[in-house]
This record gives sequence, structure tokens and C-alpha cells, in this order.
Amino acid sequence: MLNYDLVVVGGGPAGMAAALQAKEEGVEKIVILERAETLGGILEQCIHTGFGLHYFGEELSGPEYAGRFIAEVEKTDIDVYTDTMVLDVSKDNVVTAVNNRDGLIQIKAIAVVLAMGCRERPRGALSIAGSRPAGVMTAGTAQKYVNIDGYMPGKKVVILGSGDIGLIMARRMTLEGAEVKVVCELMPYSGGLKRNIVQCLDDFGIPLRLSCTVIATHGKERLEGVTIANVDENLKPIPGTEQYIECDTLLLSVGLIPENELSNGVGIELDRVTGGPVVDEYRETLHKGIFACGNVLQVHDLVDYVTEESKIAGKGAANYIFGKKQDGTFINTKGVNGVRYIVPQRVNIENEEDVKLYFRVGQVYKGAKVVVECDGNILSSKKKVMLAPGEMENVKITPEMLKNMNKNSEITVRIEE
Amino acid sequence: MKYDVAVIGAGVVGSLITRELSKYNIGVALLERANDCAMGATKANSAIVHAGFDAKPGSLKAKLNVRGVELMKVACEELNVPLKNIGAYVVAFSEEEIPHLQELLERGEENGVPGLEIVYRDELVKREPNIGEKAVAALYAPTSSIVCPYELTIAGLENAVTNGAEFLRNCEVKEIRQNGDGFVLITTRGEIEADVVINAAGVHSGKVAEMIGDTSIEIKPRRGDYYLLDKSQGALAFSTIFQCPTKMGKGVLVSPTVDGNLIVGPSAIEHDDGDNVETTAEGLESVYNSAIKSIPAVSLRNAITSFSGNRAHCTADDFIIGSSEKNKKFINVAGIESPGLSSAPAIAEMVAGIVTELIPGIQKKSVFNPNRPAPVRFREMTSTQRAKLVEKNKAYGRIICRCETITEGEIIDAIHAPAGARDVDGVKRRTRAGMGRCQGGFCGSKVVEILARELNVPVNTITKFGGKSDIMYDKTK
Repeated sequence: MLNYDLVVVGGGPAGMAAALQAKEEGVEKIVILERAETLGGILEQCIHTGFGLHYFGEELSGPEYAGRFIAEVEKTDIDVYTDTMVLDVSKDNVVTAVNNRDGLIQIKAIAVVLAMGCRERPRGALSIAGSRPAGVMTAGTAQKYVNIDGYMPGKKVVILGSGDIGLIMARRMTLEGAEVKVVCELMPYSGGLKRNIVQCLDDFGIPLRLSCTVIATHGKERLEGVTIANVDENLKPIPGTEQYIECDTLLLSVGLIPENELSNGVGIELDRVTGGPVVDEYRETLHKGIFACGNVLQVHDLVDYVTEESKIAGKGAANYIFGKKQDGTFINTKGVNGVRYIVPQRVNIENEEDVKLYFRVGQVYKGAKVVVECDGNILSSKKKVMLAPGEMENVKITPEMLKNMNKNSEITVRIEE
Repeated sequence: MKYDVAVIGAGVVGSLITRELSKYNIGVALLERANDCAMGATKANSAIVHAGFDAKPGSLKAKLNVRGVELMKVACEELNVPLKNIGAYVVAFSEEEIPHLQELLERGEENGVPGLEIVYRDELVKREPNIGEKAVAALYAPTSSIVCPYELTIAGLENAVTNGAEFLRNCEVKEIRQNGDGFVLITTRGEIEADVVINAAGVHSGKVAEMIGDTSIEIKPRRGDYYLLDKSQGALAFSTIFQCPTKMGKGVLVSPTVDGNLIVGPSAIEHDDGDNVETTAEGLESVYNSAIKSIPAVSLRNAITSFSGNRAHCTADDFIIGSSEKNKKFINVAGIESPGLSSAPAIAEMVAGIVTELIPGIQKKSVFNPNRPAPVRFREMTSTQRAKLVEKNKAYGRIICRCETITEGEIIDAIHAPAGARDVDGVKRRTRAGMGRCQGGFCGSKVVEILARELNVPVNTITKFGGKSDIMYDKTK
């Protein structure tokens, strides 16, 4: 059995930022366990730019953004195990992992940071009717084939879902010579960033069809075509609007699911909306000493916010290791009226630092107000030009606001039109 | 190429027949048009070893089902295939359906099915707490089991090949010439001579029989759509939950699978194209609507995949097993729909019996190894076992499929096994890599890489399931 102060599960942007922050706070023995061959996580295959505008104030590619953190990790004495899969985290913080060099590894940790990221929703979750030929895959899988393996997974492409990966892959496949015929989006709005719709679809003349979905796949061996149809307000296909589109590839960008199998193994309580653990403002889960950050906690729109969040978790883990993390009085946060969820779900009212509450809205709002309320008092109210489900928002709670609260208080965030 | 026996079709029936024949001192080849075994109805059915109460007494279905249940235990033990005896309920949703249960019970007893009993709602709810509100009673069949049909097929074939049988994949029979005392099969892999031909071609068995002028077999493919739910849902039912059977089959069931998922289906749609396995929105919807009658908690939010398969329903409404009227050395094994999987080991035994009558001087081999070694299943091991395994072979330390915890070593084993995997779906069926929640999103390209490396071919020649199911095309710019 090895001993570490902090075990970080996952060496993507979240895991690296958490480990680096903990190191800066003075934690001595830290190890990062990463299942891929290198650190960097999914950023390694995101070779487009647009990363780092908030955090570094410059526009970087995914590998560049990750590279800066990898370089920082290499400067420290943080141990890194790559190509190493964590199999289990026990209730007493023993992490079991395996790789093909060291065999089975068991590590006793004081604190654990979970940073496993998320995965894409596959076809099965959508129940698209039809055949099951080759050529139907998630957009992220296609991205790996193109950007990492260097092979084209198709030539004539339909994309279902206008999440950011779908939009990015529409452009990428086009640049590699494929014909992207259409991007279909079930909802009446896109789930992706506005800038990606402009730069990845509009600039290349790729049509985006809202309120439209793929209802069947055709072709016995390789995909030969799909049937698309418009959907009504209940998201049901409208008979008579069916249209056959010839294609050899269907890329799915229909949502991301935090990978919480390890969290479930420990028995950590998850938020039904985010799919990630319930955490406090330091991203500590309800299991003492286990923290979570990045896309395993909530699916982010920008990696910059992942970094920000993970530094908070790293600091929280350090405080825990040094016995400085306060117990205090925790109250709940709650998203209402258009606010789908809030992370963190609980806040220590004895906290002496600013706390940012992150949230997403359930539909597009123009000119609406974000109102934060507690015990009948409006804590803040701010008008926003635009609020969209694809973009994460946040509001700030100050220690002064927290001072007036008691153990029965609840902070709510809502949208007022 | 010349063989004593050519078996056409590597479904569960063809594979187990081949294994049975590999016990004898004869040359046996199993011809399969696809790139792997278990590619037809075998890979898309309910995966139940039925107790045997459903078939009409005196029918081949009844006889072979009951015998099959007995032989299945032996086969699964020898082949190291998990078989779980979880029992089954046929549920009545109204008082009017109860006489139907009684009828099934009596029919079952006549067929020789042990332990049948009718349980009423209070007892049923105790045993199956998630059962639907309208369930009033159920026929309980304790001998009903579940098995993975393609795993059984793969294991049977591996064992047959180990014992000297040959597996010829991508070998579609196009034409059969009767040549004096024997046959010449014109296939996509050239001419193959055989003294005896066994037609186990599933939905295409009618077409294959026609190749020798036998038009007695009329197959009406019956498509069935299924949902497979995540492992988190596997405990919604403890036994297989049937509804009262209808003319179109056993109806929609809800059942745990041996791997711990929940299977829901099938629909029953008669159509003409036995190769068409497109699910339809209506089919899937009807499956869901029936399933929630049995287990209301079934939720499609937890569906990880949906698929469909064709049962080789035959107008004679019973299995057709025996020599063709056109040529006694041509043995039809046709119309093998439910309870085909349950009967498969008994069908194999029966067919081998017929073959021994046809080949003079046929004898059991002095050395037949009935056992297929259990494949390594890392996910089922304890930490101590895992540590030892990885120490012995480092390839077992590299996890390729994270959802199902499948190691590189297991994938390499699956490729190099007798009649091993040649495509991504072949690896999936042998190891479960790609069968979990992400459905191969992460591990798919790694499996392609390992297949290419182990088979020593370029990565863009690796397919999903043979034929034109290409995964990658040209290199990027």
C-alpha cells in the first residue's frame, strides 16, 4: 500500500489544476492517476482554438491549454501515473488502480479529488429506430479518429445535436474534405456556444435545422442514409415532415454525462440534474475528504471555468489535509424558475470568502433578470442581455450576505422576465 | 476442400451441431456467410432457456425444449458459459387470464416440466416487488434460466474447432450441386465438397433447401425489437417476467440478463426480408408500452441500446428437423424459433444421431475434449486475483473498456482464440468491450488498433462486423 496526502483521479484540466493548487497550498505528497497515455484529458483531441480567453486572456488550442498545465505539473514533485485506470475508491479513501507496468496499485490517501470528466450520450440512449450499421458514432469518437488517429470516419455526414462538439466536428469534417449535409437539433435552440454556431456552421454554409431530429438510420453494413423529421412542441416527430438524407456517417452530439461510476462505488450522493456529486463551496462531496471538480461535477461550457473550479477544489483538499477545513453550518442553494441547477449545492455560512454559484438556465431568455434571494431578501438582481442553456452563468455571494443567514436559510436563484 | 459433413450457418444451432459432430472421426466444416458466428437470430433474441411449458405436447418443440434444458446444464458447465437459473413468471393481468395460466400449467406438466405452480398477487409481490399493479396471479416456472446466446455459440464453436472442426467464415453458399452420392457447394470461398449437408441457415433455411429442389420449407421471418437497459436497472426483476402468450409468440418479457442488464422485448412483426433488422419507432414503442404493464419502473432513460432480430418462424409451426425428401443426406434444421435456444443442445444431439446413420464407419473419437477453458474475466476478480494475473501478464493491467472494465489481455485472448474475433463486434461479443454505458465511444478506436496489431493488417481494414461495415476510410489530409 502506498501513502499519499492527495490522490487526484484524472489528469485532464480539472485534475491538473486541483493538484497544482494543492501543491501551491503546501500539500507534500500528491499523485495524479490518469487513464490515458498522457496528461491533458479530452483537450488533447480538441485541436481547435478558443480555449483560455478568460483564464489566460489569449486564444489557445486544446493541447496548448493542457500543455501549460502539464509543464507546470512537470516542474513540481507531483507524481503522475498515466495509462492507469482507477478501479475503486473505498469509503476509507483507499484508491485501487491498475496499469501494465506496476500491476495493481493501492494507495491510502488523506484526501481524494475526483476529476474523471464526462462521456458522451451514445445512440442507445436516444432510441433512434432503424438498422445498426457502422458509421454511427458520437462526435467525440469521430474527433479522436480524425485528430488523434489521423483517419476519416466518413465522407457524407449528418450531425444530430448542436452541442459544441457537434458544431466543432461539422467544421473539422468539412475542412478534411467531407460533406456535412445538415446539423439537426431537437430543441428550438442550439445547445452550443453562439461563437461556435457562427464560426463552425455559418462560415461554411452548413445548415442548422432546429426542432428537427433523426428518426431512423438505414443501411445494413455501413450507414446509407437517415430519415429526419421536424418535431412539435412536445419534441415528437411530426408525421409528413420526414425527409431522407443520403449519408455514410451520423455523428451524435446529444449531451454529456458526468462519469460518476467511482463516486457511486463510494456511495457519494449525486445531484439528479447535474449528474455530479452534491458539493459545498470547496467542492467537497458529502463524503468527508472526497472532492470533485470539472466535468465529473457538472458539464462545463468553457475549460477556463473548469480550471477555476478545480483550483477551489485543490484548495479545499489542502485545507482538509491540514485540518483547516471548517465544519460550520451548511445551507442549501436552489435553482428555481428557469434555473436548472446550482453548483455548489450547499454553502457554509461561516465562510469568509466570496462564493460563486454556477448555474444553467433551461431555455433562452433575452433581457431577463437573474435574481438571488434568501429568506425573502433580494441579495442581488442583474439584468442579462442573453441567457442560453448552452452557457454557464454565475452569481457571487459575499461573506457579508452569508453573515445574515442561519441554519434554516436557503439561497435561491431565479430568472425574472 | 472435401469434408464428410458441411454445416451451413453458424448460429447457436449450427455451432452446437458442429461441436456434437466433432466428437466423431469425421471431417466437419461449419460454413458461415458472415465474418463471425452468432450473427443472425442468435445475437438478437430474449436469451432465455425456457422451462418448456409453452410448446404443444407431442411437438418437437416440446420434446427438444425439455431435453434441451437438461443438456444445457451440461453444455454450459463443460463450455464455461454462465447459466443462471432465475425462474420465470407468466403473469395474468386480469381474472380472465387466470384460466390461461392453468392451461399452461397443465400443458407444462404434460411436457414433463417440474415444479410449476400458480402464485397469487400477495405472494407474487413479495417475490417481485416491482411487478405492475394489475398483476393478479402468475405461473411460476422454477426451471427457467438465462444464458447469453452468443457466448454459448462462441464457446461451442471454439470447442468444436479445438476438437478438429473447421470454421469457414465469409463463406456464403450460392448453389448446391448433387454429385452422385454427395454434394458440391458453390460458395463465396470456392467449391466445397461434402457427403452430408446440414442446413442450419436460420431465416434463410428455406432458400438453402431450395438449392437442392426442396421447397417444403416456408420461413416467415418475424422481427422483434428489444431494448437493453443499463446494469443499474438489472434488479428491477429477479426472474424473467412473461405475459400470457398469444398467437404471435410469447409476448413481451422483462428479464435480467446473465451480465446483469435488463432486457425488454420483443415486438413481433412479420415481414419478408430476413436480413432486415431495422427497428421501428412503432415496434419499440409497443415493446415499451407492454413492458411497463409488467414492470412499471422500466424507464427508457436507462436504455443503453435497442436492436432487433428475426425469428425464423415457419408455417409448419414446429421445428423441422430431419432428412430432406429430396435427398436423405441433406438434413434440414429449420423453423428454429423459440424455444430454439433452449432446444439447441438437444437439436444438436438429435442431428448427430441422424448423421451417424448416414455415414458408414462413423465412430466416436478416442480423444474428445469437452471443455472450453473459461476466458479471463478481470471484472469478476478480487483484488488479489487481479494482482496475480497482472503480475503474470502485463496486458491484463491495461484497461481498454472502462465501462465494463475489460483489459487488453482479454481482447488479445479473444482474437487468438480458436475461431477468434476478426472485427470490433466480434471482440465485443467475446469480451463485452464496448457493451457498457458509452457503447464503445471511448474504447472503439483502441479495439480497432489492437485488432489491426494482432492480425497484422492496416487499421482501416478493420470493420465493425465484416462486409462493408468499414469504420475508417482514408488518412486525413
